[in-house]
Amino acid sequence: MKTVDLVYLALLTIATILMVYRLVKGPDAPNRAMALDTITTLFIALFVLFALVFDRSFYMDVAVVYAIISFVGVLVVARFIERGL
Amino acid sequence: MGINVIIGYILMFIGAFFFLVSAIGLVRLPDLYTRMQAATKATTLGAISSILGIGLMKEEILVKSIVLAVFILLTAPISGSALIRASYKAKSPLTNKTVVDRLKEKEGETK
Repeated sequence: MKTVDLVYLALLTIATILMVYRLVKGPDAPNRAMALDTITTLFIALFVLFALVFDRSFYMDVAVVYAIISFVGVLVVARFIERGL
Repeated sequence: MGINVIIGYILMFIGAFFFLVSAIGLVRLPDLYTRMQAATKATTLGAISSILGIGLMKEEILVKSIVLAVFILLTAPISGSALIRASYKAKSPLTNKTVVDRLKEKEGETK
């Protein structure tokens, strides 16, 4: 892992901490769902970085599956907020 | 160190910058609808820029990273729109600095 990757990781860590603050504090359920969606998108970029740094290309498959599951999950949460399951 | 690695790192740090902007917006903006602005647009650009930048550096993951970027570009607006519509129906409060609410006016006309 090179120094540049570590700097990138540090920037993403600061962003994640700020998003977790919104996830914990968020006044109602839509705020929390939105913060969780943002964190998920950040972690997809993180998985792609892992695929580069650890030289394992299966992390890309993990990232694709994670993106699909988060999309379906947000749609289900939106439907639940709108009129119940 | 080839030219693709340099371009890749530049794109990566543009992505990290937009992630940071999005996180600051999530903390500081006043209500759900303005926060959704930061959460959807800035995060989409940050993710696409980061993924394409990292994919440029290594040839084996380039195709999959392009597929992933296109997938995020297609699905992030849909999920954001669904979530914000649901929370408007559930009457999530607007900030008291709100000037205009077109959706409310439109629904008032049809009734």
